[in-house]
Amino acid sequence: MSAKSLFAKVWDEHIVVPESDDHPAVLYIDLHLTHEVTSPQAFSVLRERGLPVRRTDLTLATMDHSTPTLPVRSFKELQVVAEPKAAAQIVKLEQNCAEFGVTLHGFDSEYRGIVHVIGPELGATQPGKTIVCGDSHTSTHGAFGALAFGIGTTEVGHVMATQCLLQRRPKTFAVNFEGQLQHGVTAKDMILALIGKIGVDGGVGHVFEYRGSAIAGLDMEQRMTICNMSIEAGARAGMIAPDDTTIEYLAGRPLVPQGAAWDQAVARWRSLPSDPDAHFDREVTLDVSALRPMVTFGTNPGMVVAIDEAIPERSDANFRKALEYMGVTAGRPLAGHPVNVVFVGSCTNSRLSDLEQAAAVMKGRHVAEGVRMLVVPGSQQVKKAAEARGLDRVFTEAGAEWRESGCSMCLGMNGDTVPSGQLAVSTSNRNFEGRQGKGARTVLASPATAAASALAGSVADPRPYLAN
Amino acid sequence: MEPIKVIRSRTVVLPYDDVDTDQIIPARYLTTTTRDGLGEAAFADWRYDENGEPRPDFELNQPEAAGCQVLVAGNNFGCGSSREHAPWALLDSGILAVISTEIADIFRSNSLKNGLLPVVVDADTHAWLLANPGAEVSIDLAERLVGLPDGRQVAFPIDGFSRYCLMNGIDQLGFLLQQEAEILKFEQNRPWQP
Ligand code: SF4
Repeated sequence: MSAKSLFAKVWDEHIVVPESDDHPAVLYIDLHLTHEVTSPQAFSVLRERGLPVRRTDLTLATMDHSTPTLPVRSFKELQVVAEPKAAAQIVKLEQNCAEFGVTLHGFDSEYRGIVHVIGPELGATQPGKTIVCGDSHTSTHGAFGALAFGIGTTEVGHVMATQCLLQRRPKTFAVNFEGQLQHGVTAKDMILALIGKIGVDGGVGHVFEYRGSAIAGLDMEQRMTICNMSIEAGARAGMIAPDDTTIEYLAGRPLVPQGAAWDQAVARWRSLPSDPDAHFDREVTLDVSALRPMVTFGTNPGMVVAIDEAIPERSDANFRKALEYMGVTAGRPLAGHPVNVVFVGSCTNSRLSDLEQAAAVMKGRHVAEGVRMLVVPGSQQVKKAAEARGLDRVFTEAGAEWRESGCSMCLGMNGDTVPSGQLAVSTSNRNFEGRQGKGARTVLASPATAAASALAGSVADPRPYLAN
Repeated sequence: MEPIKVIRSRTVVLPYDDVDTDQIIPARYLTTTTRDGLGEAAFADWRYDENGEPRPDFELNQPEAAGCQVLVAGNNFGCGSSREHAPWALLDSGILAVISTEIADIFRSNSLKNGLLPVVVDADTHAWLLANPGAEVSIDLAERLVGLPDGRQVAFPIDGFSRYCLMNGIDQLGFLLQQEAEILKFEQNRPWQP
């Protein structure tokens, strides 16, 4: 048999009906994650057609996108805190899950959180699985060697009804990260550098496999940060081969196989990495040894420079429009540019190690006058773990707000927004116009860079703060 | 879904690259639980100013744009979020087809499931369309051809299955439901259970 990539192994194992000229492949889905925003219309279709959710045991729901991050413990309290339509959407999810028998991590669940944080945390995310969710950052789960990608609401309905999707086989793209990161430079900087290099459409039609010594050296949370932003380079999915780090992370999690089944699963996972001669349709290599903290200056994640590097000068209309929107100047670095808001959170950077990264910069220091800083853990589990380590106090004593879990300021639909015209340094994944609120300006960065910027009151390099 | 055969319309041109789905419909409109009435939210932040008044300089607000069913957009249209609200909003605002040099994967997939035609053309044709807003074009789904005013016919790719579904107004769930026997067999015979 010919050499196979990680992607090909997972794909081939999930083909129910092979693709032909007449129709795409019928691909089996092992885990369907769902949330309040992209599911209601899909549940409605099931209801209209009298269909059940076919595999409730492979379906998991949480509330995150329109869910407020102020303390809410019940649906009654929700009505007070949330905007009426958002509250109605959350209530709808609760009703739909109850009606169709889907497990929901609602307000009363200690496992509530951002869908891409709780899947791995629960151990529902596992190597070799196919995982989908009505959310483009489903690519996050690829960090475990799963084939995980975002789908639209019609497809959410397809999976609910049949546990399958119609898919054409994507192409493969090997992304090699080599070398050793310097202190204060993180996975976020690596993925921003990649998007800067290949562009926001560089991966369209492809599934990435991240490889190389710099990937092998990352822990699972950092690997998730990388896979999370695959979609920002246009790729449907990004995968990393499972290794000891993956297996150690998963051991003992609530939803992983137990006993003999665990040993069998591990043996299976060990066979997933790409064969040495596996074919990739494209390949790119980045050396991370000289990488510096990266920041975006424009209105898509590909418009990115090192923190002390000048914003390039280009004359095309798109570029000029972006710079004008952001209120930044070509030919100058972003370091020193005034900041109004700092957001640490989102499915990209809201896990315990992300918060530790920010706390290491902030410990014993104070947020600059006039800057609002919001720290939002990715899940209630992250929140609990962070509080056990006293990270919440590091943040609140520095003058930041510490919230309940949720998507928060990553997208302006849950009450947490950046006011029009203000500039936010954000650890999220999208700096699109208005993403964080109408007229909001977003600079994407790592948690360390975000924290340093909060202290300085302007876009700042975290490395000096970490040095002393 | 209405069957699609040929779309004939003048074009409206949005000449920007990488138009993301947050622009097509900002997140604050996503708290809906239905798919109706989203046309008003289409390009809301580009279309309206702070006071909710139409911005006169926005391409889709021009008088000539009224009634146009074909949107010509820059490269990599529809990138970003998977929100299907984006094609719902475009369709509800009267757009039936988007022409570009590249259309993002998830947006493309969502569009095909809702009867919004994603049409990818070569760079020369695209450049001509960008330079000629209001051109009368025809998009023939059966022939997979875009017809330009000068008589040129330009081929565009579309998956045969999606084309069949669109031309017959069939949704793809029906096809999947018919695979039940195969799905059951797969579930019973696979070497491990998720
Ligand atoms: S944190 Fe942001 S990117 Fe992640 S799932 Fe929530 S809204 Fe989407």
